[in-house]
Amino acid sequence: MNATVAMTDYRRNRIHPKKFALLIACASITMMFAAFTSAYVVRQAAGNWLEFRLPDLFYMNTGVILLSSLSLHSSYLAFKRGNTRLYRLLLAGALILGLAFLALQYQAWQALAAIGVELTTNPSGSFVYVISGVHAAHILGGIAVLILAALHAFVLPHRITPTRKLRFELTLIYWHFVDFLWVYLLLFFTFQS
Amino acid sequence: MANVVTKPVVHEDDLLIEEYGYDDHFHEHHHGDKYQSNFITTYIFSQDHKMIAKQFLITGMFWAIIGAAMSLIFRLQLGFPEENMAWIKPLLGKWITVNDAGVGSLAPEFYYALVTMHGTILVFFVLTAGLSGTFSNLLIPLQVGARDMASPFLNMLSYWFFFLSGTIMFLSLFLNTGPFAGGWTAYPPLSALPQASSGSGAGMTLWLVSLVFFVVSVLLGGINYITTVLNLRTKGMTMWRMPLTIWAFFVTAILGLLSFPVLVSAFLLVMFDRGLGTSFFLSEIFIGGQALDHVGGSPVLYQHLFWFLGHPEVYIIILPAMGLVSEVLSVHARKPIFGYKAMVYSILAIGFLSFIVWAHHMFMSGVNPFISNFFVIFTLIIAVPSAVKVFNWIATLYGGNIRFTAASLYAIGFVSMFISGGLTGIFLGNSAIDIQLHDTYFVVAHFHIVMGVAAFFGMFAGIYHWYPKMFGRFMNETLGKIHFWGTIIGAYAVFWPMHYLGMAGVPRRYYRFDSFAAFGQFDAMNQFITIAAIVTFGFQLLFVINFFYSIWKGKKMTSRNPWGATTLEWTTPINAGHGNWPGKLPTVQRWAYDYGKDGQEFIPQIQPLGKDEKESH
Repeated sequence: MNATVAMTDYRRNRIHPKKFALLIACASITMMFAAFTSAYVVRQAAGNWLEFRLPDLFYMNTGVILLSSLSLHSSYLAFKRGNTRLYRLLLAGALILGLAFLALQYQAWQALAAIGVELTTNPSGSFVYVISGVHAAHILGGIAVLILAALHAFVLPHRITPTRKLRFELTLIYWHFVDFLWVYLLLFFTFQS
Repeated sequence: MANVVTKPVVHEDDLLIEEYGYDDHFHEHHHGDKYQSNFITTYIFSQDHKMIAKQFLITGMFWAIIGAAMSLIFRLQLGFPEENMAWIKPLLGKWITVNDAGVGSLAPEFYYALVTMHGTILVFFVLTAGLSGTFSNLLIPLQVGARDMASPFLNMLSYWFFFLSGTIMFLSLFLNTGPFAGGWTAYPPLSALPQASSGSGAGMTLWLVSLVFFVVSVLLGGINYITTVLNLRTKGMTMWRMPLTIWAFFVTAILGLLSFPVLVSAFLLVMFDRGLGTSFFLSEIFIGGQALDHVGGSPVLYQHLFWFLGHPEVYIIILPAMGLVSEVLSVHARKPIFGYKAMVYSILAIGFLSFIVWAHHMFMSGVNPFISNFFVIFTLIIAVPSAVKVFNWIATLYGGNIRFTAASLYAIGFVSMFISGGLTGIFLGNSAIDIQLHDTYFVVAHFHIVMGVAAFFGMFAGIYHWYPKMFGRFMNETLGKIHFWGTIIGAYAVFWPMHYLGMAGVPRRYYRFDSFAAFGQFDAMNQFITIAAIVTFGFQLLFVINFFYSIWKGKKMTSRNPWGATTLEWTTPINAGHGNWPGKLPTVQRWAYDYGKDGQEFIPQIQPLGKDEKESH
């Protein structure tokens, strides 16, 4: 076995080091978006700020990503119960919904441009593009991990080993994180303008 | 584990580890393929924290030499603007313009590029990666009693992202338009408008890309450091038994993890302004009578984001140095560190305060003066934990049986530098005094002494002290002491006079001063500073020679614990292999500073408390 597994034998805390490391990474990503949204607030206070209504697609899309999270979580529960069919089905569902979210975000940007708010029109719009764009990049990372998880699910026999459980949990934590990050961002956009 | 040297005579530490240690079955697993099985996995793509530490250190030294050499070139310009610099043309090429009389002078735009690169390289590559990268990697697993970092693979990536970042920055030095020249802080519009200056084009693009990779490196490292400290401490190593080095690295990693992402945000917005026409930081700008398309951006917004990283960054630089100095002082004074808990609380306080003082870098940038008051107060409060630390270092030395080795001299020198530089910080932290002092050589003197020279002193103390742990040999002590005295005298000679320049209002960053009659009186002082800088640089070459010579030819380490230190790293074999301890993991029985207790010179952390013995704190 590799060294990290060996090292877990003597770890002090109950939380697995990799899970802990992922949580720290999430804290770090949170700081990045905290910076973006603080910059938004500061810039908004300075005036010359175009007010506009977010296209409805952004709101609908929030439902899509929440469903994806729900699907992945149910898949995780099915995985633990040993229900292979549901585990695979719901994991594929989460992946497809994740991809749909990306596609719909792209549509939402186009809808935004269609109402006259292009990337360079005014910082108020630029912020929406940049913040949701950087968020989409993080979703893309999540999609990559989900594809890997789906490969595991469909190729490997369904066995509930500590390693596979850990992997799934790591995927789950990250996916929930980027999901709730989007909910925060949407609420921010809605109530800040 | 072929490279573990097992000594024929059984070592007392081994007996203690064997008796009280913890068997984690580490050596029953097979690691040989991934770790140190061939040249590439041993020296290049190593996942062993000790090797990664050396990689960070040597890469940092490479950058330190380049960054310091750049400062000599622009110091020559400042000290001797009339002198012929044609002799350096073979190195700098077109950046030295030779006039009809055959007198070569440094091109002004390259002067700015040198100043910018000097700052960027020293702050990020040398004093962040070279200092905390080296010693966090070397000491965290060794001193907390772990086999390696939580994720050796991410740790390796951390170094290679740093290497990639450095390579990109290095390439930018050779661009036809020159590297970025708008200052290491990269304020817009010089950073956000590609046409603003020759270095703002391709030079700035490479600068941004390089630093984004650098942040990735810092984050990968930081995640590992925090996880290792919190999750992989050996049995008995409670937080309150950790050496101060580990506390310092731990808080440093947290600071980096929370502040560097903010810098990435700022950089992303700059990239959008540069490439995609947004106006985050670009206000209405006219170039040659033509208005640019940008409308309504705020350059001050960038400054806020930048300094939200920038200020914690100076503590990211100084905290590891403080941790190293605390440890080295205690070991070489043969006394427990004075006020251990106060030291820990001051590290935490400094770390916390570092996040709410950033705008003291912007008093003169058009920030509301009432808001400035807030930042003045918190800035001045930082003096309290800093003073606690200084008091404790001096109290540790007081009455100690001090061994004046190169390491301890540097640790003492650190305290001197930190006091000198810290006191001027109290002046600069006042927004009213800052009206006179901002952007002058007073600022240059302040931050060079307090976080440049002081951090270097901490680093040197660490290198001289832990060199035997890294290479199994000692550096030459005599050369080390010559290096110390040359450096401390030289550094004061360079930076002390700058305070006077600054108080007289001499602005920093200027290419030459001859058109200002008021500054003519400082010509001799500028010459003196330049000469002192060249001499000080010469002493650093002595260090470099000593360092590399000693790797192969230095005095061999014959005992495991040459300094008589209590911490765990000295219980490993002289050339520890992967996993650090050949058998069981040591368990920790006491805090890290039992020196001179109950008539014993020192008691290692692995030794259980005696009968009736009380733990020291």
